[in-house]
Amino acid sequence: MSVVVRIPTPLRKLTGNQGEVREEGGTVREILDGLESHYPGIRERLTDEAGELRRFINIYLNEEDIRFAEGLDTKVKAGDEVSIIPAIAGGAR
Amino acid sequence: MAFREDQIARYSRHIILKEVGGRGQEKLLSARVLVIGAGGLGSPVAMYLAAAGVGTIGLVDMDVVDVSNLQRQIMHSQSTVGIPKVVSGARTLSRMNPDVTVVPIQDRLTAENAMELFSGYDVIVDGSDNFGTRYIVNDAAFFLKKTLVSGSILRFEGQVTVLEGHTEAPCYRCLYPEAPPPGLVPSCSEAGVLGVLAGTIGTLQAAEVVKKILGVGELLTGRLLLYDALSMTFRKLRVPKDPHCALCSPKATITTVSGSSEWVCQVPAS
Repeated sequence: MSVVVRIPTPLRKLTGNQGEVREEGGTVREILDGLESHYPGIRERLTDEAGELRRFINIYLNEEDIRFAEGLDTKVKAGDEVSIIPAIAGGAR
Repeated sequence: MAFREDQIARYSRHIILKEVGGRGQEKLLSARVLVIGAGGLGSPVAMYLAAAGVGTIGLVDMDVVDVSNLQRQIMHSQSTVGIPKVVSGARTLSRMNPDVTVVPIQDRLTAENAMELFSGYDVIVDGSDNFGTRYIVNDAAFFLKKTLVSGSILRFEGQVTVLEGHTEAPCYRCLYPEAPPPGLVPSCSEAGVLGVLAGTIGTLQAAEVVKKILGVGELLTGRLLLYDALSMTFRKLRVPKDPHCALCSPKATITTVSGSSEWVCQVPAS
């Protein structure tokens, strides 16, 4: 299944400045595997040593947070959109 | 409350809106809003709230105005460089609208002072610049049952949401359970931010505050608004209340405000 993955600006250094890439896979985990193979180093930004999603990074499948679905095992289908949403804190200075 | 003639003139464009009217304008004039951070986001928030006639605006910030702030912190100016931001901000707001009482609080928000600072206000606005402060703000707002209008910016992207963890709606910990560890992240000044982005996101926060005070429209509760200035796109994502939230769920483990406001504003990714 080919899905669009939206890359937030802080991670675009790893994707050659691309804000959107296409990856193949049947689950979010397989999408992340694809990302890592094309853009080495991106996975450690997203998951911890145990392979769990870091707790200050959210991954959305379309409009829904995968933490409230099946996590990294959430199934994706062709045409879906996967968005990586990191916590950001800038504002005052 | 009876309006003075100059107030009827000043607020006429509000008063003729049926969603505001005289009653709504009275609500604004008696509202008390606390703005955390008198910088990039705090500037447009506080200035639009002052223009709208929000009766009391508290500003919390410990910094002084630096020339590098002026690219986006429009409440300050060349002539207030070197002056505490809350004093510079109070001058700007009072000059805009003498109806507004500005409370300048030149202090760092901490776990120790947050509850006391928040207790006198109806709505809390987070325009701070670090994760430590954001969790303190969230937790104190939750314990005091205050609506929290949260905005954050980095580079070309911004996020806005309204947090009401004391209701059926999520809190900041439902959205981001933990802050990135400090070691992983570069400083705010290294990351950069498009100046006008602060205006966009801060103005959206001000709109949510005004709607909350008036009780009109749909707030961004349970929703995260994402704005990307480069592609000029807005997206709204759903934010569920986390049934395992450490703060606002029945399984909560956090019972008091704690933590420190360390200076971290980046994601571990640059």
